Amino acid sequence: MVEIPEHLLKRSREARGAAKSSGEDDAAAEEVKAPPEESTKAPKAQASAKSSGGIPAHLLERSKAARAGKSDGGAAPPAKEPVAAGAGAGKGASSQRPTPAKPSGPARTQRLLAVVKSGSIQTTKRDPVDKVNTWPHLLSREFVALLLVSAFLIGFSILVNAPLQEAANPNETPNPSKAPWYFLGLQELLTQFDPMVAGVMLPGIGVAGLMAAPYIDRNRATKPSERKFATSLFTMFMIYWAVLTLTGIFFRGPGQNFVWPWSDGIFFDF
Amino acid sequence: MAENGNGKRKFKDAVGNVMTEKVQGGQFWTSVFRPGSVFRKGYGDTPRNRAYVVMNSVLYHLHPVKVKRHAVKVSYTLCLGGVSFFLFILLTVTGIFLMFAYRPTAANAYQDIQSLHTQIAFGALVRNIHRWGAHLMTFTVFLHMARVFYHGAYKPPREFNWIVGCVLLLLTLLLAFTGYLLPWDQLSLWAVTVGTNMMGFTPVFGSNVKFILLGSQEIGSNTLLRWYTLHVLMLPFVMVIFLAVHFWRVRKDGGISGPL
Ligand code: HEM
Repeated sequence: MVEIPEHLLKRSREARGAAKSSGEDDAAAEEVKAPPEESTKAPKAQASAKSSGGIPAHLLERSKAARAGKSDGGAAPPAKEPVAAGAGAGKGASSQRPTPAKPSGPARTQRLLAVVKSGSIQTTKRDPVDKVNTWPHLLSREFVALLLVSAFLIGFSILVNAPLQEAANPNETPNPSKAPWYFLGLQELLTQFDPMVAGVMLPGIGVAGLMAAPYIDRNRATKPSERKFATSLFTMFMIYWAVLTLTGIFFRGPGQNFVWPWSDGIFFDF
Repeated sequence: MAENGNGKRKFKDAVGNVMTEKVQGGQFWTSVFRPGSVFRKGYGDTPRNRAYVVMNSVLYHLHPVKVKRHAVKVSYTLCLGGVSFFLFILLTVTGIFLMFAYRPTAANAYQDIQSLHTQIAFGALVRNIHRWGAHLMTFTVFLHMARVFYHGAYKPPREFNWIVGCVLLLLTLLLAFTGYLLPWDQLSLWAVTVGTNMMGFTPVFGSNVKFILLGSQEIGSNTLLRWYTLHVLMLPFVMVIFLAVHFWRVRKDGGISGPL
């Protein structure tokens, strides 16, 4: 299922081979370098490690060698050329790779500088979720949606021409004069309220209220059954708005007077 | 190379082989078609390639590699946000074509629109797509807002994206309205007169607001130039910025809301 690229496989194979051979080498070197009593003790330690802690023998040996090196007064064993020098990872990496049993220089220490808490700036609760690949599951659906919209729009545009009336003439006011359909609700409000209220204050309050909705609605539930008030209120506004707009489109004639579209005609253009 | 029954190489196979080895295997091809591309040599429908498709495409990269299972259902988003965005792109493309043929002066504007219908190949089609597409986009943005409301998707952590959305709605309306004036026919002139008269009722600053909108006391050449600049340059520019924030926030807020 998951294909691991060939060059990575090769590199890891080489690295594993190199580690093995260098480990053997080190063990051999140990025998020579270490003081006699140490080397006689080593097999015993190895045996006890196997029976109890499961600490790999070469690690135990390394720590012992380090201790011995310290008591020797820092007489570092001669640097040994790593066998894996050419093993794919490049020179820098291989020389940095800690080869076992080489306690050269002072012991490395680490300091705790800070504890960084996990989490992001925008914390979202992460429960395990059921996910699918965007391709093909989402992209294919989007593609179909785009095709359908394009087909509909091109087809409609071939069949129906956009309106183009006579050239603009400031001296001849058509009757009625209507705003574009998305502002017809506002124009309709003008017939009910004072112009300042209908034209400025109500739309201002509407937009501000819409933007503030997340802060007004303190209910955290998203299930429709648990937020009936919010959805009913919103639906009422939507219906009110739709009624105003449709009235503006179909039921307003000359002088913004009420007309019946089926008997008097439609005074509207997109 | 494959051989047919007569022991002769088939020309087609030979060509196919050169295509895969020399062209598809070449440096140029592999540098253009990154992993995940169906044109790449050895493409297979594997989970790895499915991820690469998204990761290695600047456009698809708007999406994460994986999305919630319920979110890909058309019945959840109704594709309304995506369709609004697609219409915006379509309007940008058709709008650029219209710009080639349109001069925003009171003397020329109307005739330029007329000549789209009478003289320019596909002029009427492009204009129709632009106009009907604009109406459709206004409508889908309204519906998208309603869908978001009914899913309670404006609730934490998505409050801010709802506000960004409200700005997008206003920008959409402004784009539609500024475009409405440009044909410079009776419909445009008087619709805009009605609209701007309403804003003239702003308390205290009414006449100033109207003057800033119109560029003069009455609708005229100044208004046309001003609204044209807003329509083709400034509003789309601002729109793109807010769209970027909008899409980015959808992902930062943990993807699509729900399931309900
Ligand atoms: C130009 C107009 C807009 C475009 C192109 C747009 C695009 C999108 C897209 C593509 C999504 C992803 C989910 C989906 O497709 O439904 C989305 C989500 C969202 N939109 Fe919009 N949007 C627009 C306007 C609005 C408006 C007017 C609002 C609200 C006032 C809004 C609020 C949101 C919110 C809150 C989400 C997250 C929804 C969720 O997580 O379920 N957007 N938008």
